Amino acid sequence: MGPGAQSERVDAAGALRDAALTGLIAFALFLPLIGFLTAVNIGNDLILTTRWPLLAVFVAITAAGRFVYVFALLPWLARRAQRPVPAEPPAWRGYVANWFVPCAIAFVVVYPLFIFFTLGSGGGQKWIDNFGIQILIYVMLGWGLNIVVGLAGLLDLGYVAFYAVGAYSYALLAKTFGLGFWVLLPLAGILSSFWGILLGFPVLRLRGDYLAIVTLAFGEIIRLVLINWVALTNGYAGIIGIPRPTFFGMPFDASDHGFAAVFGLQFSPLYRIIFLYYVILALALLTCFVTVRLRRLPIGRAWEALREDEIACRSLGINTTNTKLTAFAMGAMFAGFAGSFFAAREAFISPESFTFIESATILAIVVLGGMGSQIGVVIAAIVMIGGSELLRQLDFLKDIFGPTFDPTQYRMLLFGLAMVLIMVWRPRGLIATRAPLVFLKGRKTISADPVKERHATEGLG
Amino acid sequence: MARDGSAVLRVEHLTMRFGGLVAVDNVSFDVERGAITALIGPNGAGKTTVFNCITGFYKPTEGRLALQRGEPALWNALEDVTQTGARSVTRRDGALFLLERMPDYLVAQQARVARTFQNIRLFPGMTVLENLLVAQHNRLMRASGYTLLGIFGFPSYGAAERGAIDKARAWLDRVGLNERADDPAGNLPYGAQRRLEIARAMCTDPVLLCLDEPAAGLNPRESAELNELLLVVRDEYPVSILLIEHDMTVVMNISDHVVVLDYGVKIADGAPEAVRNDAKVIAAYLGVADEEVARVEAEVGL
Repeated sequence: MGPGAQSERVDAAGALRDAALTGLIAFALFLPLIGFLTAVNIGNDLILTTRWPLLAVFVAITAAGRFVYVFALLPWLARRAQRPVPAEPPAWRGYVANWFVPCAIAFVVVYPLFIFFTLGSGGGQKWIDNFGIQILIYVMLGWGLNIVVGLAGLLDLGYVAFYAVGAYSYALLAKTFGLGFWVLLPLAGILSSFWGILLGFPVLRLRGDYLAIVTLAFGEIIRLVLINWVALTNGYAGIIGIPRPTFFGMPFDASDHGFAAVFGLQFSPLYRIIFLYYVILALALLTCFVTVRLRRLPIGRAWEALREDEIACRSLGINTTNTKLTAFAMGAMFAGFAGSFFAAREAFISPESFTFIESATILAIVVLGGMGSQIGVVIAAIVMIGGSELLRQLDFLKDIFGPTFDPTQYRMLLFGLAMVLIMVWRPRGLIATRAPLVFLKGRKTISADPVKERHATEGLG
Repeated sequence: MARDGSAVLRVEHLTMRFGGLVAVDNVSFDVERGAITALIGPNGAGKTTVFNCITGFYKPTEGRLALQRGEPALWNALEDVTQTGARSVTRRDGALFLLERMPDYLVAQQARVARTFQNIRLFPGMTVLENLLVAQHNRLMRASGYTLLGIFGFPSYGAAERGAIDKARAWLDRVGLNERADDPAGNLPYGAQRRLEIARAMCTDPVLLCLDEPAAGLNPRESAELNELLLVVRDEYPVSILLIEHDMTVVMNISDHVVVLDYGVKIADGAPEAVRNDAKVIAAYLGVADEEVARVEAEVGL
């Protein structure tokens, strides 16, 4: 498109043409995916049914979306890009930056009690367990992976392996030796970080795409070992009856020395859920605290320097081997904590919980949040995990689309859409600024734009 | 730093082969303590390869690279250390390192050889100040008890960090980047990035500073400023400078000693004036007259 007046005038005919073309592509793509539905009847025969109306709806949505994008969104984005950037950010941004974190922490601390007292035992479980605990687990995993990917710049596609090591460590040690949750939590972390170092050694020389492939393979190896070493892990069937954490020795059950009985409360399963919520909240905040602390220390700065230029690091006398291994070990340790919490919460684990899609989800949280940003990870986890949980709650859609409509089936589609939108709108993640923690003149955040990864193989010249 | 005529670095019979290509062929020279030594030569002469060998990024195929600090008498121990197979010897009056036996990060950390790169290698997304703090990593790492004390907020680390920031500030004043301290290094103009890279290398407290084409891409004014900076570094800090340079005004104005390489072979070695008038150097840079070529061809029987 030529510059000047022509591109400024919105071209409706062109947008329509574009939308029609997109509709055609969508038709070709969705025809086998949505247009045809195969099912098995009672006689075990394969039956092909067609869903033309649904196909038409999808094609129409895609074409309309493309039209809006070309006709309205693109010119708007172009105008926005041309607008001069104000030298001073507006004052409200300062207030938001100062008050956001304390308010958010206060909110998450009060949240389960608020739910408990408003919705009671019956309705509260869903909101604390499915939303609260589930999101917090992924926030913690995101923060852990952020050390490896966001700070040290080591693209790890097999992060869930360390989560699995933590979960199985807790499950096996608790069932075999009868050790408690609080003893095994640090032990699971140590075992996971040990595996992190073990993985770290062979991949020290790799970066970027190559590192991603090897870590992906490592994640699969761990999963396959869990499936096939039946004598230890019970294979696909998984491990059941994992002991649950107790409150200073008081179990959360209806017995006489249980939590409710000791405190003179009426028994409710919600007490355990609230307790678990605070445990994972504490673990997640610990992860965040340690990460922020490490960023102020030389090791954290060395991680970020490693992300930007490994050769320059070596020329300054930084032992890049140790620096990478500590990043892997720290990241794996927090995954191990989260894993043992997961095992304790579910009381049942199987290799099904540690598939590649989990690694991909955690990585997506880190990338969407903005590499290296702590708050970005929280927002991305709420959107990704909370969003998919929310889809489960949308029962009213069945009234519109018929009783066979299951919104959770569209989860991945919406994920994809959300990711495309975020990458169009904010290509460097939701929070694309880096906040240095040391200053000469005064605090300010810097755009992440100059941050780039370089390959170690690039010439030394 | 006072020049006493002794060597800080001895390069002896350095040879580097990449497969069949001999990039550096039996090169020997000394870098004098407290002086500026320039390594020059036409493109592809092997200058950067020599640098990469000295700083440990390449393992030389043959040769010895010995660096000494402290009392020059320590040089007498060189043969003994070479025999023992040790990387280094440290005594109360100094230390001797065999750089070809050390990995790159130890060359920087223990032998204290700092370097800059031909294509600038800053940490572009980190602030100018952070770049200078990363350079002081090893000292800060010790002060933070290898992270263990630091994470629990022991006060020893705070003091060390303040010291590191003061040192960074002093260097920023020196290279005129104080105002840009909190900006990303990648946003600095080119000349400022070159100066910052030198300041970053100096923050590692080097004994030997290796500069790979520090004046490349600078305008004449910036180039003159660089000359001034390098002379200040030479005179006020206990550091010797080895630099690769194409800009002959820089070389002739500030170097105390010039080594010339051509096709991996040393063709001249001496004071700038002597090297400038050396027939081989002129031939390497400008080529030779036609009758000269005919004579050489007759000599080798072409």
